[in-house]
Amino acid sequence: MAFGSAELLCQLLVGISRSMILFIVCAGLSFVLGVLRIPNIAHGTLYMIGAFATFSITKMYAGSTGFWIALIVAPLLVAAVSLVAERALFCHLYQREHLMLLLFTFAISLILGDLVKIVWGAEYKSVSAPALLKGSISILGSSFPRYNLFLILIGPLVAIAIWLFTNKTKIGKISRAAAVDREMVGVLGINVSWVFAISFVIGCYLAGVGGALVAPTVSITLGMDHTLIIEAFLIVIIGGLGNMWGALVGSLIFGITHSYGVLFWPQFAIVFPYIAVVIVLLLRPKGLLKSVW
Amino acid sequence: MFKNIVRSKWFGPTTGIFVLLFILPIFAPRFYVYVLALIYVTSLLAMSLNMVVGHGGMFQFHHAVFYGVGAYAVALMLTKTSLPMWIGFVVGPVVAAMTGLIIGWFCVRLTRLYFGMLQISLGSLIWAIVFRWYGFTGGDDGIHGIPMPSLISSLNRSYYFILIISLICVILMYMILKSPFGSTLQAIRDNPQRCEAVGVNIRRYQLGGIVAATFFAGVAGVLFVVLERSVFADLLFWVLSLEIFIMCLLGGWFTFAGPALGAAIIVALRTFVGKYTEYWTLILGVILILVIFFLPEGVMGFFQELFKPGMEEVTERGK
Repeated sequence: MAFGSAELLCQLLVGISRSMILFIVCAGLSFVLGVLRIPNIAHGTLYMIGAFATFSITKMYAGSTGFWIALIVAPLLVAAVSLVAERALFCHLYQREHLMLLLFTFAISLILGDLVKIVWGAEYKSVSAPALLKGSISILGSSFPRYNLFLILIGPLVAIAIWLFTNKTKIGKISRAAAVDREMVGVLGINVSWVFAISFVIGCYLAGVGGALVAPTVSITLGMDHTLIIEAFLIVIIGGLGNMWGALVGSLIFGITHSYGVLFWPQFAIVFPYIAVVIVLLLRPKGLLKSVW
Repeated sequence: MFKNIVRSKWFGPTTGIFVLLFILPIFAPRFYVYVLALIYVTSLLAMSLNMVVGHGGMFQFHHAVFYGVGAYAVALMLTKTSLPMWIGFVVGPVVAAMTGLIIGWFCVRLTRLYFGMLQISLGSLIWAIVFRWYGFTGGDDGIHGIPMPSLISSLNRSYYFILIISLICVILMYMILKSPFGSTLQAIRDNPQRCEAVGVNIRRYQLGGIVAATFFAGVAGVLFVVLERSVFADLLFWVLSLEIFIMCLLGGWFTFAGPALGAAIIVALRTFVGKYTEYWTLILGVILILVIFFLPEGVMGFFQELFKPGMEEVTERGK
């Protein structure tokens, strides 16, 4: 099997662009994990809702404005859903043991998954990219989709935005403090329950952003949440629980091994990232970067 | 050991129930026989999970993998080789236990959430391989129409086979949990630091618990093949793992028979409610939320609380 360097480069870029979506979703998951210490299983389902909502909003408007509106509205919708779930049910459980919280997020994922089926049906849906990002450009003679280039640009922007939020804003600093020592934050007179709610909603908002961004690149279907959440878990583990940069590194490892897997051995492409994860975990059982725990 | 079992006040009613279960296929319709057999298989699976989760305190998040591996091992043995069929039935649980040993070896080095998430990732690797390897495992089509020995070819015969084997496994599990090994496992759950301080090799015990539990999960996988004669990749999917978790929670973590009760409730509900609605997972989610809020000790745990005086001997969890 011989591949030209242009092909290899293109596949690398495809891998990176897919990593960026994974990164946005995983950063949200990791953020919730860091502050609330709960692997939110419903995260994948929220991502799926983001994608389905993008489909509906794009259909409502003619032309490419729909997609840009969806990119703003769909994540907000997802955030609203998560806020309702958090304030109505989840916040009453914070005193309980971890396993209960985990199973609760699973229950939410089951319920939301079926609600998606009720609202949008079980058919495959697809969203077309806005006119500005349609078509492809040429890199060293092989074509590369413009939309993927857009993803590669937007990933670092989101990373910078998250970094600014957690390091430069007051609420971000409080949430980081709550991740390290929640009792102490409570003692300082801060309402920890609301810190948790805000962190949870921000994490879920990122899931919605990921869902909206992924919509034009895949066929939107029920069950896309199940595969994604496992990938996101793996990425968060190899990156280091709760570490945003770890999520970035993990996503890149995952996305790039997958895209090269597609190139070299398509049938087992999904196995390659898992093998990479196992190797990383054998060398560093607690992840590549430092966990916030 | 046996004397204790016979002397237990549960012995009489339990024996009665099993006698009833043995004569049931004579007059019950085929469909009910099938559902009951499915309940036995699922109960065995849930109880095997509870060995490590409820009694061992480990976050065994991907138990379904071992169930699926057991089922696939026997299915592949029966369809791809010409070895005597009974060898396949032995190979299933053994392969499952070996998988448990390998995955467990990595997992026991970590604790709690890390343990659980690492197990999900390793289990998903196996799922991905099974899901994609069309030439060997049939990929997402699975394997159907697996031939069975004539001894257990009819539904009633396989019902008895499943009932007897699960009964034996349940007794074995009970004996394991009542043995010094099982007590140590529960002591590790309650206070790992102290156990380590008195010189217990925590990891080795936990690994032992995982291997035992995965062996019984493999048995459940084999029994599933006996009942259904087909295997598919969903058997190894993490959603099933969490469903088994729900069964344990619903029945009661800290009881021995609770998970079986939880499995019976879930399987029965899925069979009978699933006929009227396609939104079964919605109902499952609502049940789960109700259990988390109102029955955190499970149905069995709830009744134990209710009839607490005089029932200390069955309450395994020292409060």
